[in-house]
Amino acid sequence: MFNSRIFSIVRKEFVQLFRDPRTLALAVVIPIVQLFLLGYAATSDVRNISMAVWDQNKSPQSRQLLDAFRAADYFVIDHFVGSTEEYQKLIESGSARVALVIPPDYDRAVLQGNAQVLMVLDGSDASIGSTALSTARLVGQSFATKILAEQASINGRSALTPPVEVRTQVWYNPDLDSAYFMIPGVIGMILSFITTILTATAIVRERERGTIEQLIVTPIRSWELILGKLLPYVILAFVETFEIIIVGHFWFGVPVRGSLALIVFTSGLFLMSSLGIGLLASTIANTQQEAMLTVMMYNLPSLFLSGFFFPLEAMPQALQVVSYAIPLRYYLVVIRALLLKGVGLEAIQSEVIALAIFGIVIMTAAALRFRKRLD
Amino acid sequence: MKPNDLTFEHSNVQTLVHAQNLHKHFGNNHAVDGVSLQVKAGEIYGLVGSDGAGKTTTMRLLVGALLPNAGEINICGYDVAKQVEMARSTIGYLSQRFSMYEDLTVLENIRFFAEIRGLSSSEWLPRSMEILEFVGLAKFIDRRAGLLSGGMKQKLGLASALVTRPRLLLLDEPTTGVDPVTRQDFWQLVVKLVANREGEGVSVIISTPYMDEASRCHRVGFMKAGKIIAEDSPSNLRTRLNNRILELRGTPLKSLKQIAIQDEDVEEAAAFGDKLHLRVKEGKSNIVIARLQKQIESQNLNLISLREIPPTLEDVFILLTEFNHD
Repeated sequence: MFNSRIFSIVRKEFVQLFRDPRTLALAVVIPIVQLFLLGYAATSDVRNISMAVWDQNKSPQSRQLLDAFRAADYFVIDHFVGSTEEYQKLIESGSARVALVIPPDYDRAVLQGNAQVLMVLDGSDASIGSTALSTARLVGQSFATKILAEQASINGRSALTPPVEVRTQVWYNPDLDSAYFMIPGVIGMILSFITTILTATAIVRERERGTIEQLIVTPIRSWELILGKLLPYVILAFVETFEIIIVGHFWFGVPVRGSLALIVFTSGLFLMSSLGIGLLASTIANTQQEAMLTVMMYNLPSLFLSGFFFPLEAMPQALQVVSYAIPLRYYLVVIRALLLKGVGLEAIQSEVIALAIFGIVIMTAAALRFRKRLD
Repeated sequence: MKPNDLTFEHSNVQTLVHAQNLHKHFGNNHAVDGVSLQVKAGEIYGLVGSDGAGKTTTMRLLVGALLPNAGEINICGYDVAKQVEMARSTIGYLSQRFSMYEDLTVLENIRFFAEIRGLSSSEWLPRSMEILEFVGLAKFIDRRAGLLSGGMKQKLGLASALVTRPRLLLLDEPTTGVDPVTRQDFWQLVVKLVANREGEGVSVIISTPYMDEASRCHRVGFMKAGKIIAEDSPSNLRTRLNNRILELRGTPLKSLKQIAIQDEDVEEAAAFGDKLHLRVKEGKSNIVIARLQKQIESQNLNLISLREIPPTLEDVFILLTEFNHD
């Protein structure tokens, strides 16, 4: 099936790629840039929430409470204020996200067992707000439990234990580090974005520069031309995949628990969809710019609806249904499971079947539309 | 009818190209509107016409780069509609627009197009060198195609088209935008090719807007509005206007033209550089010469010469483009 004519096109394509340092740099550097951007900046872990404190009590007890908040690792107390207006201003300007108000009789109330403190939260950023809310509740609860235990031991009684305790075990990603979630996703994103863009523009460029006319009149067959044009980008895509896996593993500590063979196999299935979309776009677009825009119209919605940024479970029902039509959705499940959970083929077989069907359908449609003709 | 019946029935001279009633329209624009043409082995066939006459579309139909709306094409025994890749393997095609890779070198381009046409590595290199020598690019094999001059680009295109030793060469306006010296070079290459390989039966279809080039073809088809409105050898085409072309030299040319056009027996006065060509009605040339001389004298204009000349192809072209022949 592999013949010398296809090899000639592949070689020509690589020669051109290496003579075009800009495209080559884009293809090799962009994955790394994306990796670092998404590994660091796009983290959904909320830490270092800025906190304003109005401590009207200033007792050892109130200081203990503040220490408990500091120890939780989520809050940074960097404003001490003396009035409602002051912390209101700080929250309005965004300098503080939360404000803690400790009433003047706090130490006495603690001893009586009915102390109340006020926590004001900036809810305008929902993810910070919800993290702060749940963390503050937890800190409050555990602090209260601790005080109860102390009082019990002072009074010579054994500590009260709650009748039910939920013990948690976090699997695969014990620190809940969001880089673990993002980095396998970056592989999917790169395989989708770079591959569609490069294949679409590589074919459209031939039309734009007129070289397609000379290619058309050679006796080479359509499928040979398609294979020859696509193979270099398959190779490039695998180089990028391993580039991300290696940097993700050694820099961000993302585990690689599944088999590499399975990663290559499933990535290859997903690549068929991307290459097919690129090829399809090249049959529609007349200029490289049009080709870029066309593939973007596919890539952007597919990124948002695939569960790349937001969990699919959080989406409205209608959008969840739409997401079934997006190949990236299945690939993200597969690549995350392979890297983080180290599962075998049986655990992901329905996704793999979906990827295979999408790949074959899209590729066939594109190949049928692709004509070795000018009109 | 089997494809081979068309071309190999005559043992003496083969017809390599056999196109029948081709039609191609883009929306409402009938770019090719019923073209038929036949080209024999060893023949240089010129497709002549102004821009937009349908020359390029005809060429593209012949190589199967465009699908005709109607009509049949047979090239070297292969039906282009059914055996397009077989037909293409017999064709060398030089498109109007430069279509080699600018970021590849001369040799890389030749190699690429040779290999995808199925030449093995032991074949393409000696043959490429021979052809690059032939077109005069041997010194530039390592130069990027994008850095070649316009004429050299066309020679590279020709070399690439020749590397598989095609039986039919299709050259679409190969000399447009090329300097006169290179144009001469290029034509000598084409003539040499046909002369060298007549035994093997190579044919050339060349499109051109230049009449001097048309006159070097064995046969010329004049295209206008998607139709071939006249087709003959250059000398036969010229005899249509025998004794009907006058050459007028003098100053000021503009005023002389005014006078000439007003004459009842002058059909057309066209400027040819510093002279005028007048086309007169059949058998009226002597009367017109006498009448114009008198007129010019009476108006005190400067007449250098006024005489009958053998018609050029350009005169024929002007005549043909003026009238609608359908």
